[in-house]
Amino acid sequence: MLAHLAAGIGAGLAVIGGAYGIGRIAEGAMHGTARQPSASGDIRTSMIIAAALIEGVTLFAEVVCILMALK
Amino acid sequence: MVEHVAEVGKSVGEKVKDMILHHITNGWDWELPSSEWATPVHLDPDMWRFELIGIDINLSISRHVIMMIIAAGLLVLMGLLVRRKVALIPKGFASVVEGFVLFIRNEIAIPTMGEQASRKYTSFLCTTFFFILTCNLLGLVPYGSTATGNISVTAGLAFMAFLTIQFAGMRKMGFFGYFGHLVPHGVPWWLAPVMVIVELLGIFAKPFALCVRLFANMTAGHVVMLSLIGLIFVMGAAISPVTVGFGIFMYVLEIFVAFLQAYIFTMLTSLFIGLLVATEH
Repeated sequence: MLAHLAAGIGAGLAVIGGAYGIGRIAEGAMHGTARQPSASGDIRTSMIIAAALIEGVTLFAEVVCILMALK
Repeated sequence: MVEHVAEVGKSVGEKVKDMILHHITNGWDWELPSSEWATPVHLDPDMWRFELIGIDINLSISRHVIMMIIAAGLLVLMGLLVRRKVALIPKGFASVVEGFVLFIRNEIAIPTMGEQASRKYTSFLCTTFFFILTCNLLGLVPYGSTATGNISVTAGLAFMAFLTIQFAGMRKMGFFGYFGHLVPHGVPWWLAPVMVIVELLGIFAKPFALCVRLFANMTAGHVVMLSLIGLIFVMGAAISPVTVGFGIFMYVLEIFVAFLQAYIFTMLTSLFIGLLVATEH
């Protein structure tokens, strides 16, 4: 029962970190595109790559939480 | 779905959990569409199962293996269809395939690896990209399951990427020069042992991250979708408009994630190869 509780709390905390990081990336991308609209293609590509990397780390934590919940 | 978990005496929540686990993990039933919604084809879990140094290795054909075979067959079919139409300006289906291959070569291979190396490794990157993409998308059609949602499959793909990265480095720098590359230039002598350990860990951590990232992204999407549909069984039919609407949104997001994860895997593999193969400035 404690494992389920821990899994839930862990999943929530992991999402906080991941969403904050991806929000910061999006903010930087918006600023960069606003300053120089002609670079929006490069900025979009870098934003997607960075967001996928951060999401990878977030999903590590989610996988651990799933393992905890299923035991 | 309900017929899978037709045991009596279990609460609804447990049955939903069984249903989710059944759809995500590998199994030895392959469901085919039929007049009764789905008939399972029972596969044999002991077909090619043997023991090797005390480890139980099971190579028998299971559901995910069949999905991978279908994906490989589709890719071979794609290659055969495109073969005759390769020209300066291809027409029809060949132009779609050429669009993808040119995207991989111009946007992924050449910026990270340079012109010469991209000629050697573009075919590997194309294979990786198309195979991962096809496996991801096959998991989204009805009666299909995601082969890349199995950690063994993604571990195999990451292992192939690992071998290619090391092979690229050793081919470029020589077998022993490659280990000399572990300590970059301009590092003070007392820091070198720490750098060697960190770089060695990095060599193994990066493909491991590739493996877990792909596995977790594919599995997470499916778990959310199945949980939403299972919610209808738990909470009654009144919630179904909200659930199905949100489920459709998640479905479209999963298609986007399928493309994105294939792109990210290929891009990171290319980046790691490019770090080792880049010519010194």
